[in-house]
Amino acid sequence: MARLRSQMVYRTSFVLNVIGTFFTGLIEFVEIYVLLATAPIFGGLTLPEASLVFALSSVSFGLADMVFGQMDSLPSFIKQGQLESFLTKPLRLVPQMITSTVQLRRLARVLLGVITFAIAVPHAGIAWSPVMVGVVVGALVFGTTIFSALFVLAGGCQFWLINGTEFTNAFVYGGKYVSQLPGPVLLTPIRVFFTFVVPATVTTYLPVLILLDKPGPALLPQVLGWGAPLFAVWAWVLALVVWRAGVRKYTGAGG
Amino acid sequence: MTIIETEDLRREFIVRAKAGRFTRTKKVVAAVDGISCSIAEGESVGYIGANGAGKSTTIKMLTGILVPTSGRVTTCGLPPVERRKDLARQIGVVFGQRTQLWWDLPLRESFTILGAIHRIGARAAADRIDQLVAELELAEFLDTPVRQLSLGQRMRGEVAAALAHRPRLLILDEPTIGLDMISKERLRQFLVAERAERGTTLLLTTHDMGDIERLCERVLVVDQGQLVHDGALGELRRTVALDRTMVVDYAEPQPPHEIPGTERVGYEIDGLRQSYRFHPTQTTAAKVVTEASRFGEVRDLTLQEPAIEDIVRTLYGARGSA
Repeated sequence: MARLRSQMVYRTSFVLNVIGTFFTGLIEFVEIYVLLATAPIFGGLTLPEASLVFALSSVSFGLADMVFGQMDSLPSFIKQGQLESFLTKPLRLVPQMITSTVQLRRLARVLLGVITFAIAVPHAGIAWSPVMVGVVVGALVFGTTIFSALFVLAGGCQFWLINGTEFTNAFVYGGKYVSQLPGPVLLTPIRVFFTFVVPATVTTYLPVLILLDKPGPALLPQVLGWGAPLFAVWAWVLALVVWRAGVRKYTGAGG
Repeated sequence: MTIIETEDLRREFIVRAKAGRFTRTKKVVAAVDGISCSIAEGESVGYIGANGAGKSTTIKMLTGILVPTSGRVTTCGLPPVERRKDLARQIGVVFGQRTQLWWDLPLRESFTILGAIHRIGARAAADRIDQLVAELELAEFLDTPVRQLSLGQRMRGEVAAALAHRPRLLILDEPTIGLDMISKERLRQFLVAERAERGTTLLLTTHDMGDIERLCERVLVVDQGQLVHDGALGELRRTVALDRTMVVDYAEPQPPHEIPGTERVGYEIDGLRQSYRFHPTQTTAAKVVTEASRFGEVRDLTLQEPAIEDIVRTLYGARGSA
């Protein structure tokens, strides 16, 4: 709790950060809005439907970023010697890193997602049933899990890359961007990469297909959406393997 | 009982250098090159050497941060890397150039968090913290965020943080670096008292001979990754002249003066500046100053401690000729 309180020390800065995060998200939404204002269908989805994709993405990514967002700033932990300090504590590294700064301001993005969702749902025409509620909850749970794994993966990669954030941003923030878009607008190779390697479409587009009962494009059928738990497991396996190997490299155990 | 044991400990780093336009050469550099030593529980050991001699690398291997390339290391009876978390409960580590405190939080809360991390009961943690706060005189800035503390205050906080879980072994990597004389002295006094009371084993790296003389019974000297000296402090004193030099600046030019118990090693600018070397057992800095001020008005004084680099050079020379 004390660590959360430390963010309130600079109150003005915190408030400005929250507002900034909220508006960054809002501008990303405007992009989708502008597209759909001129063309009524975007990747097979109408404006309310595409908004659902955006909303799920915002909530999941926001939650993951809040807790695991520090993982990809590993180089600064190394430079400041924090990593060594963590290694002299009787805890695992990942919990120490994520609790060193939980970024409350990311909640602004979650809030934006919730608002978008609330506005879009009545216009999307979803046939609500307990299963559909489950799909939404599942999408958020597994979406957050998958994005969290991406942050850990990004952190793991940093052990090899010097100033490698540009590379890892490509799949972390690229994944976030992809997850805000309907699947069909992506080029096929990108669609495959962000589904089967970095499962970003699984977090948002596929659950929305289930909610709307739409078939989905080539290589991205609706049925894949039910596989979200598997994709989440896969993402974490990939992330932890890379992370462990990275720590081993740092300590000189291998490599 | 042995608390630290290393056997032929070695750690290599691969250094890549640009050789031509497209080619790069790999070079293996041994930062620690076959160190064997054994430290018993309750000892206080100074680990000294020039920059880049391999001190920090050794400490990282002892604490489980780095895996040795070859050789064996046991700390508190455990293999450090494999049992890192168990080991962390028994040792306290301070890296003088880094902080393990939470930058934006008051010291008090850093201690609370550390208590939780080490799973000490709230009561036991509070008792220990109260004791450390009293002994290290932390009370007046306990509620100040760490980023606003002076270096001396922060370093006392770091030491308290490292000792909060009552470790058996305290490892300090350059704890007095950048501190002024008063802060250094306070810290040393505390460490002496702490050891007298709890018998904590102390391993300390430093560039300050004052730390060694006040705190260490035994000294290990490392040069280019190898141990060049391992013995009691007295033995080091006999091997190497741990002399200090007092540089006296006079207000007026002076003829060369002799001061009892010292050797004049410098005479510059017509005697405006004269330097005297002395051994702490022969005379004291205060006596030298008193004597010097008899000859004329003293404008400025500097006391030079023996440099670690000089000691290492002397030892290395002795080893080379042996």
